[in-house]
Amino acid sequence: MIMGTVLFNATPVAGANRVWTRRFAGRPRGFRPSGSGHDMKLLEICDLQIGFRRDGAPPVPVVDGVSLTLEPGETLGLVGESGCGKSLTALAIARLLPSPPAQVLGGDIRLEGRSVLQMSGAELRRVRGRVVSYVFQEAGASLNPVMRVGAQLRECLRLHRPEAATDAEVLRLLRLVGIPAPETRARSYPHELSGGMQQRVMIALAIAPRPKLLVADEPTTALDVTIQAQIIELLRDLRRELGMSILLITHNLGLVGDLADRVAVMYAGQIVEAAPARELLKHPVHPYTRALLNSVPALGVRQERLPAIPGTVPPPGAWPGGCRFHPRCPRRQADCEATPPGLTELPGGRRARCLYAREILEEKAR
Amino acid sequence: MALLEVQNLHVHFPIRRGLLTRAPGTVKAVDGVSFSLAPGETVGLVGESGCGKTTVARALVRLVPVTKGRIFYAGRDVTALNGAALRAWRRQVQMVFQDPYSSLDPRMTVGQAIGEALDIHGLAANRTERRERVEKLLLDVGLEGSHADRYPHELSGGQRQRVGIARALAVEPKLLVCDEPVSALDVSIQAQIVNLLQDLQREHGLTYLFIAHDLAVVEHLSRRILVMYLGRIVEAGEAREVCRAPRHPYTQALLSAVPGVDPDQKRTRLILPGDPPSPLNPPPGCPFHPRCPLAEARCRVERPVLYEHTPGHFTACHLVDAPRPPRPFGSTAPGAAATSPA
Repeated sequence: MIMGTVLFNATPVAGANRVWTRRFAGRPRGFRPSGSGHDMKLLEICDLQIGFRRDGAPPVPVVDGVSLTLEPGETLGLVGESGCGKSLTALAIARLLPSPPAQVLGGDIRLEGRSVLQMSGAELRRVRGRVVSYVFQEAGASLNPVMRVGAQLRECLRLHRPEAATDAEVLRLLRLVGIPAPETRARSYPHELSGGMQQRVMIALAIAPRPKLLVADEPTTALDVTIQAQIIELLRDLRRELGMSILLITHNLGLVGDLADRVAVMYAGQIVEAAPARELLKHPVHPYTRALLNSVPALGVRQERLPAIPGTVPPPGAWPGGCRFHPRCPRRQADCEATPPGLTELPGGRRARCLYAREILEEKAR
Repeated sequence: MALLEVQNLHVHFPIRRGLLTRAPGTVKAVDGVSFSLAPGETVGLVGESGCGKTTVARALVRLVPVTKGRIFYAGRDVTALNGAALRAWRRQVQMVFQDPYSSLDPRMTVGQAIGEALDIHGLAANRTERRERVEKLLLDVGLEGSHADRYPHELSGGQRQRVGIARALAVEPKLLVCDEPVSALDVSIQAQIVNLLQDLQREHGLTYLFIAHDLAVVEHLSRRILVMYLGRIVEAGEAREVCRAPRHPYTQALLSAVPGVDPDQKRTRLILPGDPPSPLNPPPGCPFHPRCPLAEARCRVERPVLYEHTPGHFTACHLVDAPRPPRPFGSTAPGAAATSPA
């Protein structure tokens, strides 16, 4: 955290972008400032700090120094238990944080090189949908209950791609997300559809503006396993066909292995480990990742007792000092209580927030 | 002797419309389910939403009326118990609910919620004794005695589920019907509650009917597994065998849909098309045939019965004896045979 703050102060990101926005706000769309060549990341989150404001009290931090990047066409899994800050991080990307009480306290979020935090209302409207769109957990609660499915899709097209707001496009989208008999289903109201079908409609709405980044926040949590498998398959197909990036937010490590290229694990507002998906699942470094993987029973593996993680996830505002996982950590040492670990760079494009990350990795290599 | 025996259980709900309460149809939530529980064993009941697994649980503790069939508890018919006899019998059978946020009264302290169970069954002579028993129960489920004075909103999800378990244990039951007790909890807390249920079973000699949609958790806890689809059991057998060598195409699909955390375990996915059909209007023949990759003409007309093809392993499928390539677990999907047309 201390390191993060220093980094934030040292980077002139926020100021530079404000100037940029003022200078280029009136330029035609598609204009890119020079120097932002093709190595530009689709999404860059730098040292993001989010807090909950309370009356007359300092804000309670809920996301503390999260940095992420996402390349075009890449899928990143963001994993963690409830209250770790993963959903708030995702919402902040399109400035959808419920505010008040949530508020960005520091850091920067850049979509295609442009700071989201500095955008005007009009710019945000252009970015939402066409650059980033969302699929949420409960499709039933996100769809308009008094509008037919087809009309909702058409409204979305009219806002983002007016030239494509036709019946044919609506049917094409419904077919694309695997809805059988789209002609009939376009005339249905959301309540007439099953949970799986509602989630498909939700996905159709999200991909209608042809976003470059799809944020899927627990897209299958409310669904049955066989339907969950259908939706994951659909996301995989769409990613291939449309070439979009996906930010998959989930608590299910199995899903991450199915879909993601890279994974970041969050605990108590911070990223504790980030690595290529396969590496993370095969050889987790951070004790929290390892404990999380071990505590899930696996099919066909008989064990007497599940290795559960003792204690509970500390709520925001009650994060322990030093390493935030130390009270529950099986390999805690004396200095874990005192020294907050930074994200250690490890070989193979991995990072882990543990004082003993290197040792753990060496132990494994042996 | 079986502790609990369920014979041909049917639970139908009439659909009423309008003022004259005509019943234009019935939802056959449970449509002919039979099974038994031996003392001290854990049986898992698996299925997707709407398959009737929760209705089975509610019918067992007599929270919904039984339409047809019989429930025997320790050899005694309890299907038609009422009044004081029903209340007395409920001391034997208790239920743990899924959502620890809605199954506790927000205006009662933990101590009151647990104490209420003791009062109803007259298990505590006075307030001191009641308090002592409540604190003992809280310690049993891994909480502290001081939690008795807390309100549910002050507790985390895992702590609340512990209170729900303590409340069920207050009357010293023999059988615990657990309806998705860990589904609403975080991953790291799920393992704690699963371990707690195992410890309690050992200490108190409890029998569990464990209902869940998570096959991995059910396999971990149960000796036997029952798989339900649309109000009926489609496969039943030893947990190990059902998970390693599933015989019903539905069970195979269910198993192959579970995402695994081991990236080296390459599996061919069998993805079922469509949604489970509505229990209001079940398809004729085998209820699974519209989604089944193996379905033949016979499956569309004739309803398969549960049949014991191997000792202790029952499957309701016409094609259960049809030759299929062997499926070693893990190397190929438990449904690999089903992906190629038979």
